[in-house]
Amino acid sequence: MSPTKKVLILFAHPSSHRSEVNAPLFQASQQVEGVTCVDLYARYPKQRINIDKEQQQLNEHDIIIFMFPLYWYSTPAILKEWQDLVLEHGYAYGSGGNALHGKTFLCAISAGGAKSAYQSEGYNHFTVRELLRPLEQTAYLTGMYYLPPFTLFSARNAVEEHRLQSHIDSWLNVLKALRDDKIDVAAYSNATSLNENLRTFVAND
Amino acid sequence: MTSYFVQACIYLCAAVIAVPIARRLGLGSVLGYLIAGVIIGPITGMVGKETTSIQHFAEFGVVMMLFLVGLELEPKMLWNMRTKLLGLGGLQVGLTAGIITVIALILGQQWSIALTIGLIFSLSSTAIVLQTFSEKGLNKTEGARSAFSVLLFQDIAVIPMLALIPLLALPELTELANHSAHAGEHHGEISLVAGMPGWAHALIVISVVTAVVTGGHFLSRPLFRFVANSGLREMFTAASLMLVIGIAALMSVVGLSPALGTFLAGVVLANSEFRHELESNIEPFKGLLLGLFFITVGAGINFDLLTSKALLITALTLGAILLKALVLYSLTFIFKVVKSDRWLFTLSLAQAGEFGFVLLSYSVQNSVIPTELAQLLSLVVAISMFLTPGLFILFEKIILPRYQASSNEREADSIEEQGTVIIAGIGRFGQIINRLLVANGVNTVVLDHEANQVELLRRINIKSYFGDATRPDLLHTAGIEEAALFIIALDDKERAVELTAHIKHKHPKLRILARAFDRGHGYRLRHAGAHFVVSETYYSALEMGGEALTSLGFHPFRANRQKDTFLETELFHQEELYQTWAEATEDNKFNESYREIFMRLESLLHKAMNDPQDNEAAGSERGWTPPPKNYSDKLE
Repeated sequence: MSPTKKVLILFAHPSSHRSEVNAPLFQASQQVEGVTCVDLYARYPKQRINIDKEQQQLNEHDIIIFMFPLYWYSTPAILKEWQDLVLEHGYAYGSGGNALHGKTFLCAISAGGAKSAYQSEGYNHFTVRELLRPLEQTAYLTGMYYLPPFTLFSARNAVEEHRLQSHIDSWLNVLKALRDDKIDVAAYSNATSLNENLRTFVAND
Repeated sequence: MTSYFVQACIYLCAAVIAVPIARRLGLGSVLGYLIAGVIIGPITGMVGKETTSIQHFAEFGVVMMLFLVGLELEPKMLWNMRTKLLGLGGLQVGLTAGIITVIALILGQQWSIALTIGLIFSLSSTAIVLQTFSEKGLNKTEGARSAFSVLLFQDIAVIPMLALIPLLALPELTELANHSAHAGEHHGEISLVAGMPGWAHALIVISVVTAVVTGGHFLSRPLFRFVANSGLREMFTAASLMLVIGIAALMSVVGLSPALGTFLAGVVLANSEFRHELESNIEPFKGLLLGLFFITVGAGINFDLLTSKALLITALTLGAILLKALVLYSLTFIFKVVKSDRWLFTLSLAQAGEFGFVLLSYSVQNSVIPTELAQLLSLVVAISMFLTPGLFILFEKIILPRYQASSNEREADSIEEQGTVIIAGIGRFGQIINRLLVANGVNTVVLDHEANQVELLRRINIKSYFGDATRPDLLHTAGIEEAALFIIALDDKERAVELTAHIKHKHPKLRILARAFDRGHGYRLRHAGAHFVVSETYYSALEMGGEALTSLGFHPFRANRQKDTFLETELFHQEELYQTWAEATEDNKFNESYREIFMRLESLLHKAMNDPQDNEAAGSERGWTPPPKNYSDKLE
């Protein structure tokens, strides 16, 4: 079956030679057909982002994914820089700014804390979806469908606890489902995470 | 022969003593020469009749001066100044000349004499005014800029005046001249056009002017390049003189003004790469010849006339100054020169100028003005010039303080013009700097002593000039006094150091950026006074090193960070290494302690670069170090 949706992963890890989770996840993603993988820190070692090139690339894809380790409840710096520069008025929002309308946006992240920490009773007090509200609102303003984040919790111990491989596997399933347009975006409007109901849509296949 | 030496010695002595003293007193060099002339002439009587013949010779200085004026006239600059140049300058010359002519007519002069006097007094003294501006730091004021436009217009206006004056010749004076000097110079001169019909004359004149313009444009460059490639400086001087004298000769032969010819040639060459070199070669000749001319004017001053007609001369002088000032003052209202600038403009240009002397002696030669009147007017011109420093003092001490209090808040809105950057050496290194600066709208003057290189760059529209940047006179003509920055990118290591030391000594306020070849050269440049030194290979080698890391599989972002770490570590030890180098003896600059520090730097570099796997010793790679395993348990 030929891919129906084009997927773009924008990967941001400033220290990828020390990465235990994100680098392998990114590498595995590169094997999936129909998915474009971009390492932003490699493309822009001096953080001089080429706006035209990035916009052109966005135009050519239907699903936009930010892949990053959660740094202080947000993205690494280059992804913020990327948003500030690329999502221009007249391109992504405002009058005539409808280039991203109808695309789908989501984040694939790793978080240091346990899942129990990311809730109102935990020491982080908010769920990851709540913490990433700025990105969610960015998606709404730019006319994109928003999917809840795909998250690996307690990421610092994932390798030791042999949780990484299963995480990668389910991510690859998500990627393929996205590519083949098999995810019902509306079903996730209130979900805190994309991981949870994974079984549902894979089963529906 | 001996008498020539004695005479030359008298003239030079007088100039050498009087000019520096005059300058120190704020009188300017023109007045210095005049004083020198007065001392050796009327006062001590050391020189006598020969002054007249010397004066004819010295007038060639004017021809050279107009060549230099032409060289300064870039079409683009003229176009930018067009309103002020034509409006302000044109009105000043026109109104002043007109009013003075009318007054002279009322005083009973013939109309041709009156007009000549009007023209003579419409001019101001470029030499005194510009020098005073730069000495007093007034160059950037609006008043000085307006004054400059007027002076420039006057300098150009001299040329049509020189052409016009012979037409005003009085028949009775011409006759007198013909009678008294039968074997005079005028008859002895070679003339191609004597006895030709009018149309043939016109044809020859047109073809000669065309020849000067096209020849200047197309032939001068190959010629100068040929001469420049010989590498002999005196040959270039000879070629420059040949050009000016040759054109002057050609013009005389066809009966045109030599000044007009050289002025034209100057304009044609204004865009040439040899402009600054030509300027610096002709400048000393012009300076000396003009100086000689002013000495002869001073020597020719008639003291009997001064004492016998003191009242008349005083009245004329004050009248002329007042009238000129009045015209200037009223022009400031049309051209919106306001407050203290209005007064600066008015007072600075109120005197008559050195061109007045030139036109006077030219008028006498051409039988336009009787000699006695010329002597009288000469005194008026000279005294008005002597009073100029007084007018500047009046401005500084009395007028300026009045405006200072009220103009404080206004000061900020006069936009400071961005200064020029001089780049010495336009090889591989200088070119990149120049391209970056020019692309950012910075004015640059590029100098190189390779004529071929300059030619090559001119073909790709890089405005560059031929000349040896280590020569002070060339630096002067390139405008080092007004430069904002000096960049040294010479290929010759020794000369780069010498040039740095020279600029540091002569222009201590000018910021110097210098390119070094290696560490030792860099230290020497810094020692000589360079404010910023960069080794030519340093950043490119680092760039390639980074690329090597990336090629080996380092993440590009990390490779970039490692380069930065390298730079920082180097920078951190730079000062210590330099001090050790500076303190070491001359013959052993890279001694034991220097090597020791260098080795320490190497080991620190190694440490800084090393990627610490354990989190405890993160070293310089502190950025984005992940927290320890199980760190989150302790947060609960």
